[in-house]
Amino acid sequence: MATVATDYTNKVKVTDEVAEFPESVVEEMRSHLTKYPKDRSRSALIPLLFVIQRERGYIDNPGVNFLAQFLNLEVTDIWETATFYSMFNMHPVGKYHIQMCKTLSCKILGEPELTDHICSKLGIKPGETTKDGKFTVTRVECLGSCGTAPMMQIGFEYHENLTKEKLDDLIDSLE
Amino acid sequence: MEIKAIGCEPLQLKRMHIENGHTLDVYRQTGGYESLKKAMNMTSDQIIDEVKASALRGRGGAGFPTGMKWSFVPRDSPKPKYIVCNADESEPGTFKDRYLLERDPHALIEGMLIGAFALGVETCYIYYRGEYKYLIEIMDRAIEEARQANLVGKNILGSDFNCEFYTHTGAGAYICGEETALLSSLEGFRGHPRMKPPFPAVEGLYACPTVVNNVETLTSVPQIIEMGGKEWQELGTEKSGGTKLWSVSGHVKKPGVYELPMGYHDMEKFILEDCGGMLRDDKKLKACIPGGSSVYAMRADQIIGKNVTLDYEGLVEAGSMVGSGGFIVIDETVDMVDSTKNLTEFYKHESCGWCTPCREGTDWLVKIFDRIWAGGGRPEDAQLILDLCDNIEGKSFCPLGDAAAWAIQGAVKRFPEDFKKHLLQNGNGAGTSGS
Ligand SMILES: Cc1cc2nc3c(=O)[nH]c(=O)nc-3n(C[C@H](O)[C@H](O)[C@H](O)COP(=O)(O)O)c2cc1C
Ligand code: SF4
Ligand code: FES
Repeated sequence: MATVATDYTNKVKVTDEVAEFPESVVEEMRSHLTKYPKDRSRSALIPLLFVIQRERGYIDNPGVNFLAQFLNLEVTDIWETATFYSMFNMHPVGKYHIQMCKTLSCKILGEPELTDHICSKLGIKPGETTKDGKFTVTRVECLGSCGTAPMMQIGFEYHENLTKEKLDDLIDSLE
Repeated sequence: MEIKAIGCEPLQLKRMHIENGHTLDVYRQTGGYESLKKAMNMTSDQIIDEVKASALRGRGGAGFPTGMKWSFVPRDSPKPKYIVCNADESEPGTFKDRYLLERDPHALIEGMLIGAFALGVETCYIYYRGEYKYLIEIMDRAIEEARQANLVGKNILGSDFNCEFYTHTGAGAYICGEETALLSSLEGFRGHPRMKPPFPAVEGLYACPTVVNNVETLTSVPQIIEMGGKEWQELGTEKSGGTKLWSVSGHVKKPGVYELPMGYHDMEKFILEDCGGMLRDDKKLKACIPGGSSVYAMRADQIIGKNVTLDYEGLVEAGSMVGSGGFIVIDETVDMVDSTKNLTEFYKHESCGWCTPCREGTDWLVKIFDRIWAGGGRPEDAQLILDLCDNIEGKSFCPLGDAAAWAIQGAVKRFPEDFKKHLLQNGNGAGTSGS
C-alpha cells in the first residue's frame, strides 16, 4: 500500500472545484461501469482513478470531486481507496516516471548501483522529480519480472535486464 | 530468459514459443477450445470429479485442492455466482503467470469457461495487478476474439450456456493477491482482507458464491479435461498431480520459467544443471528461497546432496514450501542480513495496516534492521527479531503476517553466522552502507 508521509504541519487545501473532461473521456469512464452490476458501480473506482491520473497527471482534488459525483459517492470514499494503492500518485510526477524495482532478485543483481547511477545522472534522489519536470525516480517493490532482473518500469512500460549503459541510452533517448 | 519444460512434454508452456500463440486461430489449431466442447457434454459432477482426480492444487501459493474448492460452491444458490481469476502476481520472485497471460490468454479463458459451465457461473472477472496493463490489453483482445467466435457471451456454441468475461485492474498492493483482499479491491475498496469463514465459495464477490483461482490453476483445467484427471495426475505424484511452473531468478545463469512434473528429482540438479548453474562460476550457492519470498529460505546444505524432490511434500520435508514456486537463488556474496532487511522492507510496505501485529510488527522489524545495518547491532537483536516474529505469526488477521514472520525467522535461524557478524558488540557491529 502507499506509504504517504503525512506531514500534519502542511496545511491541506481543499477545493470544491470539479474537474471537467472531454466527452470522449467521460464516455470511456461510462464504459467501465458496464463491467459491474448496476448497483455496484463503486467497483469501477480503481479503473476510473487510473483515468483521472492519466488525464490530470495525478490524483488531484478536482478529479476526486468529479469521481464522487460520477459514482454518487462521498469524496472521502474516493480518497480512502485512492490513498491505499501505491500506483496512485497524490502529487504530480515527472513526464517519465521511472520505477526501479528494489526487491530481492533485482537487488542482488545490482539495483542499488543502477538507482545510484540514474539518480546522480539526473541530479535527484529517489522520490524526487527533476526541476524541468521531466523525470521522477522512485524505488518500488517487485514488478513481476524477476527473471529479467534488474528491471524497472517507465510509466507502464517494462525495461528489463538493465545495465548502466542500457539505462544511459534509454534516458538519453527520451524526449 | 528461458521458458521451457524439463522432464515432461510442455503442457502449460505448449504455446510459449509458437508464433501468434495468443491468437484464437493458433489456439484452435493447437487443440484449443476442444476441452470446452468436451466439458459441455459432461455434467457438473463429472467435471468436478475429473478436477478432483487430477490432484490439482491451487498454484497461487496456498495449494488448496481445486476440485474440492469447486465442490464448495452451493448449487442451489439463488444469487449469481462468480469466478475470479487471481492475476495479481506480486509475490517476490514470481513471474510465471505473466507469460501465460502474455502468450496463451485463450487457455485462461477456456479454463474459466469450463469452471463456469460446471459451477453455473455467468460472470468471470480477471483481476490483474495494475502494473500488468499491457497484459490486460492482450486479454481484452482475446476476449473480443472469443466473443466473435461465440465462445464468450450468450448461448455459447449454440447452447443455453451464457458467460461474460471482464478484466479488472489493481493499482499496486501485494495484499490484493490474498483472495479476500482481492475481492474488497474488486468492489472498489481498500484492499483489506475479510474474515473467513464465510469463505469466498459461499460469500465472495458482492456476498455471492465466488471461486478465486490462480492463473496457472485455471490454465491447467483444459489439459485435465482433455487427458482425463487421472492421467494428468499421473504426470506428477499421487498427492501433487500434474506439472507445475517454477519461476527462477537470482544468481543462476539461466533464470526463467520452467515447467517440471511434480515430484521432479531433484532440487540440486534443477538449480545447478537445468538452470545453468551459478551465475558466476567461482561463487557458491548459499541459499534458495523456493516458494516466492514468503517461505523459509533453505541453506545450500539443505539442498546439495539431499535429494529434495520438487513437490508439495518434498519441499515441506526439506524445510520449506512450494508457495508460488518462485525460486530466488542466492550466492555466497550475499549477506543474509541484507537480503532479509530487503524483504522486511517489502512486508512493511505491503502490510495493509488492518491489524496491529502485522502493521506495527513489520514497522518495528524494519527499524531494527536499519539500526543493525547502520552498525548499531546488539547481541540480543537476533532474539528480539525472533520474539517480534513470534508476536506476528499466528496472531495476524491474514497470512501476510505469517509470510513476513517466516521469511525473517527462517533467515535468523538458518543463517546465524551472518547475523552474528552484525550483532557482535553492543552498537559496534559490522555496519555497512546499503539499501
Ligand atoms: C499476502 C498474500 C498474497 C497472495 N498473492 C497471490 C497472488 O499474487 N496470486 C495468487 O494467485 N494467489 C495469491 N495468494 C493466494 C490467494 O489468497 C488464494 O489462495 C489463491 O488465489 C487461490 O487460488 P488457487 O487455489 O488457484 O491457488 C496470496 C495470498 C496471500 C496471503
Ligand atoms: S496481517 Fe498484515 S496484511 Fe494481513 S490484515 Fe493484518 S495488517 Fe493487513
Ligand atoms: S524482484 Fe524485481 S521484478 Fe521481482
